[in-house]
Amino acid sequence: MSDLMAARSLMALSLAFHIVFAAIGMAMPLLMVLAEAQWLRTSDAAWRTLARRWARGAGILFAVGAVSGTVLSLELGMLFPAFMRVAGPVLGMPFSLEGLAFFTEAIFLGIYLYGWDRVAPRWHVLSGVMVALAGVTSAGFVVTANAWMNTPTGFTIENGVVTQVDVWAAIANPAAVSEVIHMVLAAYVAVGFGVAGLHAWLIARGNVAPMHRRAVPLALSVGSVAMVLQLLSGHEAAVMVAKTQPAKAAAMEALWDTQRCAPMELGGYSDDEAERVIGAIRIPCLLSLMTYGSLDAEMKGLKAWPPQDRPRSSVVHFAFDLMVGCGMALLLTALWWGLLVLRRQPWWERRGFLTVLGLATPLGFVAIEAGWVVAEVGRQPWVIQDVMRTSEAVTTVPDLTVPLFVFAALYAVLALTVVLLMRVEVLQQDDGARHEPTSDAEVPRAA
Amino acid sequence: MLPDVLLASFLVIFLWVYTLSGGADFGCGVWDGLASGPRRHQQRQLIKTALGPIWEANHVWLIVVVVVMFACFPLAWSAITTTLFIPLTTMLLGIVLRGSAFVFRSHAGPYVEVRRQWSVLFAVASTVTPVMLGTCLAAVATGRIRMDVKTGKVTTNFFDAWLAPFPLAVGVMTLLLTSFLAAIYLAVEAREGALQDDFRQRGLMAGVLLGVVALGTLALARTGAPHLWQGLVHQPWSIPWQVGTGGVSVAALVLLWRRRFTVARVLAGAQTAGVVWGFGLAMRPYVVVPDVPLGVGMAPLSVQWSVTWVLLLGTPVLVPAFYALFRIFKGSRSASVA
Repeated sequence: MSDLMAARSLMALSLAFHIVFAAIGMAMPLLMVLAEAQWLRTSDAAWRTLARRWARGAGILFAVGAVSGTVLSLELGMLFPAFMRVAGPVLGMPFSLEGLAFFTEAIFLGIYLYGWDRVAPRWHVLSGVMVALAGVTSAGFVVTANAWMNTPTGFTIENGVVTQVDVWAAIANPAAVSEVIHMVLAAYVAVGFGVAGLHAWLIARGNVAPMHRRAVPLALSVGSVAMVLQLLSGHEAAVMVAKTQPAKAAAMEALWDTQRCAPMELGGYSDDEAERVIGAIRIPCLLSLMTYGSLDAEMKGLKAWPPQDRPRSSVVHFAFDLMVGCGMALLLTALWWGLLVLRRQPWWERRGFLTVLGLATPLGFVAIEAGWVVAEVGRQPWVIQDVMRTSEAVTTVPDLTVPLFVFAALYAVLALTVVLLMRVEVLQQDDGARHEPTSDAEVPRAA
Repeated sequence: MLPDVLLASFLVIFLWVYTLSGGADFGCGVWDGLASGPRRHQQRQLIKTALGPIWEANHVWLIVVVVVMFACFPLAWSAITTTLFIPLTTMLLGIVLRGSAFVFRSHAGPYVEVRRQWSVLFAVASTVTPVMLGTCLAAVATGRIRMDVKTGKVTTNFFDAWLAPFPLAVGVMTLLLTSFLAAIYLAVEAREGALQDDFRQRGLMAGVLLGVVALGTLALARTGAPHLWQGLVHQPWSIPWQVGTGGVSVAALVLLWRRRFTVARVLAGAQTAGVVWGFGLAMRPYVVVPDVPLGVGMAPLSVQWSVTWVLLLGTPVLVPAFYALFRIFKGSRSASVA
């Protein structure tokens, strides 16, 4: 494996690992706060049990998210020093604002997770609200930085050194808004359906604890609303890509020839060698129509770029279809649930529905991973679109396969442990009082 | 004042605060590994309670240091991330393992074996990380990170700057300093009795060792980091500064000995300032000795000013939030730094 490939793989691996926890860190606080607010409103103890159980499980995931995010902040400079020499200054302002958001998130998370018995309920809920807001804010800054890599604005470069920066123009880069909204919604979708799926699975297994019956509608409402909005956001994001990164768009859609009335290719395999798509369902003119609202709008095909300037359509097209496919599956699940609720049917007794919902648990996360593959592999060979190639940015440090394997092993061990421990959290008996986050009762002071 | 001086000062202050907060959290991990005697379970329990709510917030200071570095000192940062790839990677592994191990073992439930293994990793990672952090900071002062400033190409290899007696000695010193701080904090938080004595003893041991290692490290600086040596010994402010730091350190030890824990904690904070600020002052005018002085290879002024404003306006906003956090979990008797 070349060092460039090893560096890219290590960055990809670290991002793929972190994004799962980051999405949970973004969306889970909202669910916890809603459950706790329900408890305060109704005095129904099941809501409180639910909020505390969620908080306890989420404590593990938040911590892994915080430390795996630190890896990213350093690895960017360690693996791609030339990239950070440019991106660091240009994005300095959003990144330092992000630091403030991290502080806010971490401080109030401490109060939220450990303060159940130490602060008044409304202050506790308020801490949760702060965590939820700060989580979304910091995600907004990070994704804005990524959007700048896709649609770089606000700077001039001379000999690889940034000489002028318009701080606000860099933040207000064209892709920023559509990318941030797309990612935040994706987190709510993934976590909403993920949580609902887990509880549905427990109900299907015969667990009758009242909190599960409350958990599913709450999580599913958040996930479903986000999923419907994601349809619009996904469309906006795709149009933005087509306008600002036509090579990425062509790779996504497996469009090889420049043409008017460009077709939508669903599924199939986009063959980078043969420069064509095999086995796809072709819907004529739909791509032109969806992108430009006109049947005979011209779309650029991948052949318009020399081979060394093309992203790998085989990977990008597959990832794009995977993302959209997961989204559609979740949308159908949401519609089914909506139908059951409208007809006032007891969804918790419908085995088929519970099974489908259980199976849908990981789909939102699969979609997030696939979406990031589209965004990142789709930008290659550029690390900053049309400004700097990834191969120009990579470090001179040799033998990068060594850290790659070390981190791969580390992430594998962490992932296995997280799964093992979450199993304990999920399957434990439902006497929420016994395993609550550290409270004074659990901590004997020294005698 | 020019923003570059302000930013460099921010870096030093943040490193100081990080040593006092996040650094001491690593120190707690060291004492977790060294827990012994009849009260070892209470010692571990105290450490768990002390760290739980605050370690993630404390950790953010390091992230802010990293952000200020890459945003405002891009040339220096690229030299550091390239030549110090190995210790930085080791530090990252330590950071990931420490944080994960801390939550894993407190959630291990019925898995006794899982708890035991992650406890070991928690202690090991808590030990390795501050050593690597200190080593990296010192490596920047050795003068062995060389680069062609025009092209930004690093011309030295990936070992020389840090695999040497001086940087490694600073690493050990950092470990002892964070352990010393942690022992004092834990003694304060233990509040009374035998458990407090356990940490008093540990603090005294670590503090004395720290003094010995600090003197040895200073001697190593003469050949290992000549520019730093000049600053630490041969400037007009040097000797008073060193004497002051030494005096405060001895006073902290004496007060710890006499069980004046809260005051000892304040003095240990001042001692840490003596070490970290002294390092910053002696580094002047360099960010990376000898090729990157302050003002060379920095971000455009627009960036320097915008980051400066974010830090100037943002940090005060954090103060009440941090105050609330520590107030809630460290009780009314110990609302100061912990």
